[in-house]
Amino acid sequence: MRAIILFSLALSLFFSCSPSGPKTLPILGERDVVNGDTIYPTIPDFAFIDQDSQVVTNATFKDKIYVVDFFFIHCPTICPKVKANGLRIYNKYRNDDRIGMLSHSIDVKNDTVAALKRHAEKLGIDSRQWHLVTGNHDDIYSIADNYFSVAIENPDAPGGFDHSGRLILVDKNRHVRSFCDGTDAADTDRFMQDIDLLLQEQFGD
Amino acid sequence: MRHILVFIFLAGSLASTLPACEDNTYQEGARLYQQHCANCHLDDGAGLGALIPPLANSDFLEKHRDALPCILKYGLRDTIMVNGTRYAEQMPGVPTLSSIHVTNILNYINHSWGNAHPPYRLDEVKRLLEQCKPGK
Repeated sequence: MRAIILFSLALSLFFSCSPSGPKTLPILGERDVVNGDTIYPTIPDFAFIDQDSQVVTNATFKDKIYVVDFFFIHCPTICPKVKANGLRIYNKYRNDDRIGMLSHSIDVKNDTVAALKRHAEKLGIDSRQWHLVTGNHDDIYSIADNYFSVAIENPDAPGGFDHSGRLILVDKNRHVRSFCDGTDAADTDRFMQDIDLLLQEQFGD
Repeated sequence: MRHILVFIFLAGSLASTLPACEDNTYQEGARLYQQHCANCHLDDGAGLGALIPPLANSDFLEKHRDALPCILKYGLRDTIMVNGTRYAEQMPGVPTLSSIHVTNILNYINHSWGNAHPPYRLDEVKRLLEQCKPGK
């Protein structure tokens, strides 16, 4: 009797510890149910201009997953840390056609295409993979909401803007699947594991 | 006997705090570095591409020792060469730093990330800061 109890205990331990299939990332945001169908929030259509004066739209990231952030060049606070962690992601997936990167400048007045070009060169990034974009002020500020990010003009904030240092992961279907605090190296490590999970899910890598 | 025990106890507790003091030599500098410098030069002093120069293993720290206190306090507008790379971005200074703060930050940088430059003395930093007082 005692042996059976011990055995079943051991068995339950074994099963409770075994993984329940591969982990998938959730689709983030509030979902609606319409006529029995679940509608997930999606990134709306957008059109911005990058450092090469190329128009960047959703089509730029067709059949790709992409990483998003919001920044401005003369940012005296968190931006360099976020860019440093963005560079770690860039270097890991460099030349991987399945992944794009999209950084929105929230300083549309100063961060002209020429300024973004210089910035990209000094970061040493390839404009085919990592787009630094500017565009219509309201479009940029409103799409930040869709990426669960903060972008607010505030004359009292250092550099004149409040913004979150988040890095956001978007899948092939325009769904936000993960994000991290881009100022935090450890959180960015966790985020890169999520990128690998999403690649596995969407490309069967 | 009792006095001896008290003495042993005091000596022991004193000895146990000594290594802690030694570890804290650059504590103030580290705190100020986090507050004023790490956002751009990063926690490991690596800098960022050709935008923000490194402080770790930087030849600039060695070659321009006398200029560093003024750069920290009043910023930098000149183009500089660091380890063969040209850096042209402006660096904002931190004018609210006292000469003690400047000394502590510089000595923290000088002894971090593999750097091993000679320490700054307070009177040296004070003298160097005199040369770049606003209005001069």
